[in-house]
Amino acid sequence: MFQKILVANRGEIAVRVIRACREVGIPSVAVYSDVDRAALHVLMADEAYHIGPASAAESYLNIAKILDAAKRSGADAIHPGYGFLSENAKFAQACVGAGVKFIGPSAASMEMMGSKTRARQEMEKAGVPFVPGTSRGLDSAQHAKDVAAKIGYPAMLKAAAGGGGKGMRLVHSPDQLQAALEAAQSEAQRAFGDGEVYLEKAIVNPRHIEMQVLADEHGNTVYLGERECSIQRRHQKVLEEAPSPVVDPDMRRRMGEVAVRVAKAANYANAGTIEFLVDQDKNFYFLEMNTRLQVEHPVTELVTGLDLVNLQIRIAAGEKLPFRQEDVVIRGHAIECRIYAEDADNNFFPSPGKIETLMTPAGPGIRLDSGVYAGWTVPIDYDPLLAKLIGYGEDRQQAIAKLARALPEYFVAGIKTNLGLFRRILADQDFQSGKIDTGYLDRLMQPNASAGESNKKSAEIAAIAAAVFALLDSTSKTNNGEASKSGTGGDSSLALSSWKRAARTDGLM
Amino acid sequence: MIYNVSIDGTVFRLDLDLDRAAGQWRCRVDGREVVIDAVSTQPDVLSLLIPGKAYQIRRERLAPETRIWVGDQSYSAEVTDPRSLRSRKSRADSGKGPRQLVAPMPGKVVRFLVSVNSPVEAGQGVVVVEAMKMQNEIKSPKKGIVLKLSVAEGAAVNAGDVLAIVE
Repeated sequence: MFQKILVANRGEIAVRVIRACREVGIPSVAVYSDVDRAALHVLMADEAYHIGPASAAESYLNIAKILDAAKRSGADAIHPGYGFLSENAKFAQACVGAGVKFIGPSAASMEMMGSKTRARQEMEKAGVPFVPGTSRGLDSAQHAKDVAAKIGYPAMLKAAAGGGGKGMRLVHSPDQLQAALEAAQSEAQRAFGDGEVYLEKAIVNPRHIEMQVLADEHGNTVYLGERECSIQRRHQKVLEEAPSPVVDPDMRRRMGEVAVRVAKAANYANAGTIEFLVDQDKNFYFLEMNTRLQVEHPVTELVTGLDLVNLQIRIAAGEKLPFRQEDVVIRGHAIECRIYAEDADNNFFPSPGKIETLMTPAGPGIRLDSGVYAGWTVPIDYDPLLAKLIGYGEDRQQAIAKLARALPEYFVAGIKTNLGLFRRILADQDFQSGKIDTGYLDRLMQPNASAGESNKKSAEIAAIAAAVFALLDSTSKTNNGEASKSGTGGDSSLALSSWKRAARTDGLM
Repeated sequence: MIYNVSIDGTVFRLDLDLDRAAGQWRCRVDGREVVIDAVSTQPDVLSLLIPGKAYQIRRERLAPETRIWVGDQSYSAEVTDPRSLRSRKSRADSGKGPRQLVAPMPGKVVRFLVSVNSPVEAGQGVVVVEAMKMQNEIKSPKKGIVLKLSVAEGAAVNAGDVLAIVE
């Protein structure tokens, strides 16, 4: 087993990994940039090393600095978390060179699945279903028409070099094709310097369902159930759940077996996720593979009872998987809310700054993976994920009920968060009946929803409270440094007054 | 103490006093007596008791506005103390005097949406700042006239830099 693990990450995932290390008695090493000196992961680690200025390129993405910290600390393994260097084949290879174990798959596996075209070729060989279409560029409008005639309309023209929606055109009929192709090609040329466009069957309002896989370094590979991640904003996941409301045991088994085939085709080891698009007829198509632990891993942990980070460490240390496929049981339902420092009223613009007040939920069926604390200043330099709030219950309704109970307990003051969004989602009819797809959040966010009715009775309470705050603010200012008449020696906290009063009554003071 | 409290635009007149020694509050809302007990449990959090009801009140101070949360309902709140000079100056949302619009984070000024001397409403967009590949409209904290545009279009700004002043 490892002597010491360096966590090459920050925020809530670094805290997660440090906890896993602590649970098995392995000392953990944190790395931090200038703005993370007071971060929670630094507070919790056994050792910490400064690795550079705020910019990720000069700190968390800097391979040389990370490996230098590993050398200085004597760490014999590195957990990369998610994001940053977690899917960087160069980094995985550099770890090998430095004699430090990278907790994850091999560089070769990462490289194979990191290239869209290469991944599709491998999937073709492995007999894995993916979205019908061409894997090469279209030569002409006629070529496009021939392909579309075969795969059916609507069809999606996509840029081979692309992403972010650029160079994409949805085509509903053959007569639209020529113009759409020319537009897509010129947009792709302008955006990516490469006008190559290919054609795929357009899946109307697909669901994004992904399958967790786990493989040891001895060839044993299993699937651990799926996650439904269709609730996204601008292709960023906001809420995930396990299991998916539309996947039955038979579909799970079929998707799982395909996922295992994909992992084996990539000679995969450790934790990974295969992403699928699912159409309205429940046909599933391979989209891509993520060669790392994912943000939303807690929902899988809760419904399987497994600790994925713990298993990652043990797999990397050479252990065999301690269970077989038939031992994996999906039980109950888990839903995760990603709490971001974002201004929901301002296009979800990041909202960095100091957290003045933090009150967090707890109680039955609630798990909170947080990377922040009251008084922490959320920096602008990184992804503004503050925490993940997960509700777990016997079934989907119960998981929803737990979260609906817990969300009002969650209060963050000083920065803006997307907490309000989750109350809306959980209260929504379509969400409650599982009618979700990747277009769901855009529909929910349509501006015709009213901003919120003002309850007249509560408005008066709010007014009283506002005045109480104002009075307490002004008296605490005048009382600072001077003894007040009540003899409390300048202590303006009224929290003491009631029981002091009681104490006097009982003759104790 | 008399306070004029505006909650989502509705104004309430509060007459509030606290006898600290006895821990006793006296409260009148628009002339009507309301029995209350209030205790601060931590900064910005209040336990407010009114006969038959307990409330957890939380305050969010997001310059330039203040929000009061009653349970999970939130209201915009503005408190003015007609008599105390100190409290009028000390609260950023007192509503009087020229107010600065500052950049919330480092970025670049893309364009101004209004010109000098034009009237603006509270919440109206004044300037667009681009940061982290997204454009953000910085809004006027109050109704008034644009007194000054403090930076040029295209200028790089740091967090806290003054972008404009509204009188």
